[in-house]
Amino acid sequence: MTASTHSGVLTGIFTMTPADAAPEKLQSSRRTFLKLSGAGLVLGMAAPLPGMSGGAEAKAAEALAPNPFLVVAPDNTVTVIIKHLDKGQGAATGLATLVAEELDADWAQIKTEFAPADPVKYKNLAFGVQGVGGSTGLANSYEQYRLAGATAKAMIVAAAARKWSVKASDVKVSKGIVSSGDKSAKLGDLAVLAAAESIPDKPALKDPKDFVYIGKSFPRVDSKAKSTGATKFTIDQQTDDMLVATIVRPPLFGATVKTFDASEAEKINGVIKVLQIPQGVAVIATNTWGALQGQRAVKVTWDESKAEKRGTDEIVTAYKALLDKPGLPARKDGDVEAAFKTANKVISADFEFPYLAHAPLEPLDCVVKTDGKTAEIWTGSQMQTLDHGAACAVLGLKPEAVQLHTVWAGGSFGRRAIADSHFVREACEIAKAYGEPQPVKVMWTREDDIKGGWYRPVYVHRIKAGLDKDGNIVAWQHRIVGQSIIAGTPFESVMVKDAIDHSSVEGASNLPYGIANLTVELHTEKAGVPVLWWRSVGSTHTAHATEHMIDILAKEAGRDPVDFRLAMLSKHPRHAGVLKLAAEKAGWGSKLPDGKFRGVAVHESFKSYVAQIADVSLREDGTPKVERVVCAIDCGVAVNPDVVAAQMEGGIGYGLGAALKGAITMKEGRVEQSNFDGYDVLRMSEMPKVEVYIVPSAEAPTGVGEPGTPVVLPAVANALFSGTGVKTTVLPMTKQKYKGQS
Amino acid sequence: MACVPGLGRNRTKQGMAGMATTFSLNGEKRTVEAEPDTPLLWVLRDDLKLTGTKFGCGAALCGACTVHLDGEAVRSCQIQLRDVEARDVTTIEGVKGDIAAAVQAAWIKLDVVQCGYCQSGQVMAAVGLLSQIRKPTDDDINKAMDGNVCRCNTYQRIRAAIHEAAKTLPG
Ligand code: FES
Ligand code: FES
Repeated sequence: MTASTHSGVLTGIFTMTPADAAPEKLQSSRRTFLKLSGAGLVLGMAAPLPGMSGGAEAKAAEALAPNPFLVVAPDNTVTVIIKHLDKGQGAATGLATLVAEELDADWAQIKTEFAPADPVKYKNLAFGVQGVGGSTGLANSYEQYRLAGATAKAMIVAAAARKWSVKASDVKVSKGIVSSGDKSAKLGDLAVLAAAESIPDKPALKDPKDFVYIGKSFPRVDSKAKSTGATKFTIDQQTDDMLVATIVRPPLFGATVKTFDASEAEKINGVIKVLQIPQGVAVIATNTWGALQGQRAVKVTWDESKAEKRGTDEIVTAYKALLDKPGLPARKDGDVEAAFKTANKVISADFEFPYLAHAPLEPLDCVVKTDGKTAEIWTGSQMQTLDHGAACAVLGLKPEAVQLHTVWAGGSFGRRAIADSHFVREACEIAKAYGEPQPVKVMWTREDDIKGGWYRPVYVHRIKAGLDKDGNIVAWQHRIVGQSIIAGTPFESVMVKDAIDHSSVEGASNLPYGIANLTVELHTEKAGVPVLWWRSVGSTHTAHATEHMIDILAKEAGRDPVDFRLAMLSKHPRHAGVLKLAAEKAGWGSKLPDGKFRGVAVHESFKSYVAQIADVSLREDGTPKVERVVCAIDCGVAVNPDVVAAQMEGGIGYGLGAALKGAITMKEGRVEQSNFDGYDVLRMSEMPKVEVYIVPSAEAPTGVGEPGTPVVLPAVANALFSGTGVKTTVLPMTKQKYKGQS
Repeated sequence: MACVPGLGRNRTKQGMAGMATTFSLNGEKRTVEAEPDTPLLWVLRDDLKLTGTKFGCGAALCGACTVHLDGEAVRSCQIQLRDVEARDVTTIEGVKGDIAAAVQAAWIKLDVVQCGYCQSGQVMAAVGLLSQIRKPTDDDINKAMDGNVCRCNTYQRIRAAIHEAAKTLPG
C-alpha cells in the first residue's frame, strides 16, 4: 500500500496526451474521459520537477478512468484520486476506503494521489469550491466516491461478461478478483477492456450489510511512509536549483515596511537577494540556513501608523464592557426578561477566552516555480480553488497556466484553510519579484507562526440563567462578544446572516436543552488582529461556556449533572445517546478515590455528537492532571472506526493543551510568545488515557476531525468544579487556582 | 567516500565554500563542505538531501529534528556541523537494527501517525529510549518523550507503540 503525491501523473491520465500512447487506444480512452468530464478544466501534462515527484511513473495510457476519482491500471493498481488535503485527519484513507468498498478492490492494491486543483471535478459538494474544512471531508464525498468505485466495478463486470460470454449477473468481484465459474481475472487485467464499456448512469451501491471495508478498521494508507520518514511534505520538496526564502514580517499587525537595510543580510553566506514584497521583506538564499540567518540580519523600519497597538488586556476590557449591553439576536425563544422576574434564583457567570495559535508542527510553506508564462505551485493546500485563484491573481496568469499540486501537510487545525491564501500569495510575490525560473520555497519559522496572527479570536461571554423552585432552568440569556472570523472572506454571504456571524455563535445558538425562554446575543467587534477558524471554530468557546454553566446550575439545583442534562434532552436523542453511553462506560456515579474528580460535557458540532467524561486530579503545584477521558461519539456511519478513534484522541489532546495552557497575549500590539516555550502545547506526560466508544448508526457519516476538541475543556472544568468548587471562567486554566478550595 | 558539495554554496556571492567536515552518516563516511556553524539539521536536509528529519521549532523545543549522535537521541537543530566531525550520525532514513524494526513495526501496527510530521523524531526518540531501557515504564516514556511535540496529539498511540515494541524485544 503506497501513497504518492505526484498529481502530474494524473493530469496526464486525464488529458490522455502522453506522446507514446497508441493512437487507437488513446481515442477510446479519451472518449471515456470526455464522456464524463465534459468540458471541465483540462490541464496540460505536468512536467514534474526532477526529484519532486512522489515517485509514481506515468501509468500506461490504457487504464480505466471512468471518472476523476480513480484509475484502474493494467498493473493491477487502483489509484484513488484524493480531492482533499490530508493533513493527518485520514482523508486519503477514508476516501480510498469508499472506492475500495464499491469496487471490491483488495486493500493492498489501493494507492492514493492528491487531485490537481480543479473546482469543476473536485469541488467539495458542501462548499462548491475545492477545499476541505468544517469536518466535511468524508461527509461530502461519501456517495461520490462510492459511486466512483461502483461505476468502475460495473464496467469491469460488463467487460468480464463480454469476454467470458457469461451474464453480468454471473460475474462476481471480491478482494480484487473478478470471477465467474472457473474463470477469474484481476481487476487490472480487465482495465483496458472495461474502458471501452459504456459508463453506467446510476450504478447500484451496496447494501450496508454487505460492506467489507466501511465500518471496519483497515490500516491507514500513510502509516508506513510516515513511520519511516519517507513522506514528502512541502518543506521536503527539493531540486538542485531550488532557492529558499524567508520573510521578515511586521512586529505589529497592520504595520508595513517603511525602509530596510539589507547590508548585513547580504553578507551572509548563501543569501542572494533581499527584496520588498507587500507582506514584508523577503530574503532569498541558496540554502535554508542562509535564509534563516538572513531573516534575522535584515534591519527594517516599520510604518506602524495603521497598526493595532492595543494589548490583549485592553481588548478584553473593551469586550467586557459590552456584556452589559444587549447584542444582536442570534436566537430568541419565549420571553427571557419575564422569566427572570419569576425565577426562584438567577445565576450569572462571565467567561474569557484568549487568542490561540494553531501551531501545526510543519510551519506554513509553499514552493513556486514560474517562468512568467506558466507556474507550478506545491503546498499543503486546504482550499485549492482559493489558493489557485490567488496564485493566478498575483502572478497575472490564466488559470490553465498555473498548476497547483497538493502535498501532504504536517497538520493544519484550520491554519491552512485560509480565505486570503496569504501564504500562497506571498510565495508568488517573491517568485515574481525575483523573476528567475528557479523554484523558490518560502518557509515560515516557528516564530513567524506563533507571532503571525490568524488566531482563534478572543471572546468573552456572559450567561445569565434562572432556575425555578424545582431547580429547572426557566431562563437562559447568553451574550457573546468577539471578532468575526468570516467577515471579509468569500464565505461571508453564506455564513453571515442578519449581521450574525454563525461561527461566533454556533454551539450556543443551537443549545439543545429544553429551555422555554432563551436568547443568544452577539456583539461583533473589530480588532486589528487577523483571526481564523481553529479546530472546531465557534464550539472552541461556546461548548465551554454552555456546558460549564450547566454544571454550575446543576449544582445550584442540587441535581446530578448527567440526570440534569438528560431531563432537558428529550427532543435530542443523539445528544442523550452519547451522554448515556459515556456515562455507562465511565462508570458515572461510582465512587472515586480521594483526590480524583469527575466531570461530564456533551456537545454537537459539525453534525456529530460527542460526550466526554474526564477524571481529573491535582498535581502538587495545584495544576490539573487529566488522567482519563471517556469519549462517546455519534458520527453516523463510522467509515473507519479506528480513524474516528484517532481523531477523538487527537482532538481531545489538542483541546486539552489549549485548555490547560494555551494563550497568545499582546502588549502594546506586540505578541509576547514566539515559540513552544512561551506558547507551550500538550506533551506526552499530560496526555490522558482516552477511551473512545462509537454509537452504532446507519445515518450518513458526519465530521470527526473537529467534534472531539471542544468537549474536553468543559468536561475537565466540570470535574474540577465538582472537586474543588472552583469555576473555570478565565482561560487557560493557569488563570485559576484550584488547590485548597473545596 | 562520497563528497557532497553544499547546496548551491558555490554560487554564493562570496564564492566561498565552507570547510570540509567528515563524519559517518547512516554507516557511510560523508564529507560535507559547509559553514562549520551550520546546524546539523540543515546539513542533513539541504546538503545531504535527507528530508526525513524535520524542522519544527529550531530551538530544542519540539524534537521534530531528533537524530542519533553516537547512538544517542539529540536535537539536530542544536548541533553544529563542526560538532559531528568524526562522529556517527544516524537519521530516520538509516536507523536499523532490532529496536528500530520493532519500533517501526509497532508504529505501523497501531496506526500511530496522523499528519506524520513529528513521527521521524518520535521514532528516533523511541529507538533511543529502548536502546537504553528495554522495558520502559510510563514514567520512563514521559521523561524520554516529553520533548517531542505531536500537534496531532498521537501521544496515546506513541506510548502504546513503545510498550508494544518493548514486548517484542528480548528482555
Ligand atoms: S526543530 Fe529541533 S527541537 Fe524543534
Ligand atoms: S502526527 Fe502530526 S504532529 Fe505528530
